[in-house]
Formats: sequence, C-alpha cells, structure tokens
Amino acid sequence: MNAGLALSSPLRLAIGGFAIVAFMLFPILNLMLPAGHPLHLSAFWVTLFGKIMCYAIVALALDLVWGYAGILSLGHGLFFALGGYGMGMYLMRQIGRDGQYQADLPDFMVFLDWKALPWQWWGSEHFLWALLLVVLIPGILAFVFGYFAFRSRVKGVYFSIITQALTFAAMLLFFRNATGFGGNNGFTDFKRILGYSITAPETRMALFAITAFVLLSTFLLSRWLVSSKFGRVLAAIRDAEPRAMFCGYNTVHYKVAIFTLSAVLCGIAGALYVPQVGIINPSEMSPANSIEIAIWVAVGGRGTLLGAILGAGLVNGAKSFFTVAFPEYWLFALGAIFIAVTLFLPRGVLGLVQRR
Amino acid sequence: MKIATLPEVTSAQGTVLYLDGISVSFDGFKALNNLSLTIDAGELRCVIGPNGAGKTTMMDVITGKTRPDAGRAVFGEAADLTRLSEAQIAHAGIGRKFQKPTIFEQLTVFENLELAMKADKRVRATLIAKLNAADKEKIAATLTLIGLQEAADRIAGLLSHGQKQWLEIGMLLMQEPKLLLLDEPVAGMSDQETERTAELFLSLAGTHSLVVVEHDMAFIESIARKVTVLHEGSVIAEGPMEDVKNDARVIEVYLGR
Repeated sequence: MNAGLALSSPLRLAIGGFAIVAFMLFPILNLMLPAGHPLHLSAFWVTLFGKIMCYAIVALALDLVWGYAGILSLGHGLFFALGGYGMGMYLMRQIGRDGQYQADLPDFMVFLDWKALPWQWWGSEHFLWALLLVVLIPGILAFVFGYFAFRSRVKGVYFSIITQALTFAAMLLFFRNATGFGGNNGFTDFKRILGYSITAPETRMALFAITAFVLLSTFLLSRWLVSSKFGRVLAAIRDAEPRAMFCGYNTVHYKVAIFTLSAVLCGIAGALYVPQVGIINPSEMSPANSIEIAIWVAVGGRGTLLGAILGAGLVNGAKSFFTVAFPEYWLFALGAIFIAVTLFLPRGVLGLVQRR
Repeated sequence: MKIATLPEVTSAQGTVLYLDGISVSFDGFKALNNLSLTIDAGELRCVIGPNGAGKTTMMDVITGKTRPDAGRAVFGEAADLTRLSEAQIAHAGIGRKFQKPTIFEQLTVFENLELAMKADKRVRATLIAKLNAADKEKIAATLTLIGLQEAADRIAGLLSHGQKQWLEIGMLLMQEPKLLLLDEPVAGMSDQETERTAELFLSLAGTHSLVVVEHDMAFIESIARKVTVLHEGSVIAEGPMEDVKNDARVIEVYLGR
C-alpha cells in the first residue's frame, strides 16, 4: 500500500533495459554499423519500433481512462489523429517550395487552386505553434466533449457509442477538401523537420529516441497517477460511482481530468507518429482504428500499465507479421485474438503472470 | 464488534432534517405525495412501509439523486438539499448506505475507508494527498468499530455480505456525517450480525442522527424509538413503536399482511 513512486527491482531492471536498448543499442546498430554489416539495423525496423512505441503511448492513455476509471472510449484514434494533423501542418509548411508545384502553398492547395492559406493554417510555420496545437486541440476537444457527456451522466456502452460517432463525424469532416487539411489524401511527402531532412538516418533515430523518452515519461507519469489517491478515486468511480459521489467526490471533475489528460497523451503520440511514418490522413479517424486501440489494451491486460504497453507491442507485432505474410487474414486473426483474450484471459496476457 | 461507549444524549438539540411537502412523480406515478418529515438531532428514526411506499425515493431526494417536483428539504442551517449536488450534500454532512452494499470492490478495506475519510476531495488535493498519523489512527479506530481490523488489506470484493454491509457503514462514519441514511442495513445478515448492528446503531444515536429503512420488524423493534410509516408516498403514522403497531391503518396496509 502507498507504494508511491518506489519502483520494484524487476521494474527498475525493465526500465533500465529499455533505456539501454532504445538509447544505446538501437543508435549503435543503426547509425554506427555500415549497411552491409550483418548486425546493422535497417530504417525499416527503426520506423516499425518507433511506430509501435507511439501506439504504446496511446494504449497507456486509453488504459488510464478505461482500465482505471472504467470509461471505455472508442474514439481515442481521433485524438491521436488530431495530434498528427497538428504536426503534419508544420511538416507541410517545412516542404517550402520543394513540392511538386514548387509553390509557397502546400501542393494540395495549389491543386485546389487556392490562392492563400486558409485561417486554420495560421502560425503553422512555427514549430512551437505546432506543439501547442498538438496538445491543445485534442485537450480542448476532450475537455468540452467529456464535460458535457459526463455531466449528462452518459456512461457505459452509450459513452462508447458516442465516442465512435465523434471520431466518425470528424473523419467525414476531414474527408472534405473544404475543411482545409488535404481531404482524403491528408498530408504526405514531408521533406524536413526543424530544417533537418526527415528521411536522414540521424533524424529518424532522433525521432525514435524522443518517442522512447516520451513513452518512458508517460509510463512513469501514469504510474505516479494511479498510485496516488487520485488513482484510487478513479478506481472507486469505476467500481461504484454512486458511492464515490456520496463520499463527496465530484466524479465529473475526475472523469473530465483523466479523459483530457488521456487525449493530450494521444495527441503527443500522434505528433511523434506522423514524422516517422510520413503520412497522416482521415483514415486514422476511422471507428475501426479506435476499436483496435481498445483491443491492444484488452489483450495486454487492462488496468495494468505494463499490460497496455505489452498489448500494443504484441498486437502490432502480429499485425506487421500478418500484413506481410497473409495480408487477407489479418482481420480474422485480430478477431480471433480478441475472442480468445475475452474468453480465456479476461485480465489479458499480463494476467497470466500477475496475481492482483 | 466492539461498541464504543458514547454518552447518551437525551435532550433535543433541534431539527437536523426537515422535509416539507415533497412530491415526486415518475411518468404520472406519484412516488412521494406531499411528504413531510422532521428528524431531530441525535435521533434514531425508523421508517417502514410496504414496497413502493416511497422509502428509497425519499432517500434519493435527501441525497440529491432525485429532484422533487415540489417541496423543500432543509438540512442543518437552512441548506436546501434540493439545490445541491450529491457531492455537496455529502460534504454538508449526510452519509447514505444503499440497499445493496456499495463499496469499492477492487480496492482494499483500508483504501475504501481512506477514500471515504473526511478530507479535501477536489482533484488537485487528491494528487498530492498523503495519510498522516492522525488519519491512520482514525482509519484504525473505524476498522475496530466495524470489526474488520484483521481484514484491512483484504480486497473488499472478497468480504462476506455482512462484512460488506459493515464496511459501507464504516465508510459513512469516516465521512463524519451529522445524518446517516441507512437503507436496509441488515439485509442478508445473520442473526448475530444483525444484533451487533443494532448495538452499533444504538451507540451512534445521540452523536449522530440516523434514519433507518428496514423490512426486518424484529430489528426495528430492537432499535426503534420513534417509527414513521410511509404508504403511497405519504406519512400515515408516526410515533413510538407500540402506538404504531396498534394503529388500524398501519395494520391494514402493512403489518396485517
């Protein structure tokens, strides 16, 4: 009880191991060894692991609201995508005149015959503004949406359904060219970030290392939160919300707080994801994407932070394997994994090894 | 369970709760019909009545879960409960035990009491909250009072039904309420557990005001000082148990059957 910030020794070991692999082994194998060397780590793997770490941040974020506070959001893909778009706007501006049309405006605007940047793009040439958007847009949306939903006591499956509707509506909005974010093609063909070539191995490795750092920080932040009294109040809301209210907790405030924080974490993950994979489009907002996030958490073990990270890694590892080896069977495999976990591992993969 | 010996308070200290003409209807069904009720400070009041008489709805109105269509609910120094939220009402000093034991099943017994304890319950405060020695002592005292000192680190969901009922009562006490609303507190308890609960309630009366809703007439008779009988959303009889038991109307609608 009251473990606070004290880390158990296996956990310390795991964190140390992760740091060594991410901040030393990967850079050495990728940057120092020549491409022909048998131990050389190619850009493919760096990007794949970078991507999966972004997903792991999202899984942690969803676990905070679902595993700990009992709120199943099936719209977290939206917050991830919004963070991605925030960063994507900046990356589009960094292309400068190196696009297809060699114009000052991003290519898709030239193609649509626009003469000037629309208002949404104000400030998008500044990196700091992009960072602000990445945090504020998902945060404000989650705050407002969460406040009204939780105040109206929308819960359980109804909340899940309206979050699906929210991300679906946003996807339709972003599909329109007139929305100003490149329609169904979204943003791609990025060239630079902060002036550095985005495809250079050093840039990729830097993005990878930043992602690893953010993942680690997110984990430690989440751990601190769930072991504080705040975390126990979240669990109390999950177990018996009326009792929590009659104990004097304004549960709406708690739910809005954790939902907003979770959305901000997703936005940051999205902002790290886009420069690494090189594309963002409205399909990231598809309802199915958000459901997949919930599957990661369920597979790993909801209500455990390591489980969320593990689930994101396992499912996306399997996805990478399947979509190369048997692309047409991936969705069946995903469905089978989900059913198997629901039936046999209600506490996820981590439930196999953990007692409480 | 050890019962703390508390001084018996005999003198009236004024009114703690005053319900004035409360009416609630659900889709045309009048759950409460112009209900008026006064609870004195330190009083132990039993409320009985057939199913659907409005007992639970009355508690819902007092705790802010249900808003009445008409009437006032005044608590302490003129706080109108019908305008406050559940959390505000809890802070004002009303604790409620539900019909079905409602505890935080996946937290330990200790953590259940910790969360219920009177404290700053805003988000920012809980982020940095730490238990001090006095807090731990308070929790330990309550654990002893409800007979769960051995089970402090048990997951609450693993307790027996009777223990869950007691834990919930313990959580109410941690809030240091002025008024406790207890909805069927001895449902599912063994005779022995029921007896100990009766002792606990009697020891709490005086320093707290209690409103007990029960169907178990033996339990009511063992604790009752003043009984209120509800029927179809209104009070049909009120007074000492003996008088109420012999009231023709009460026998007809409730006791006689």
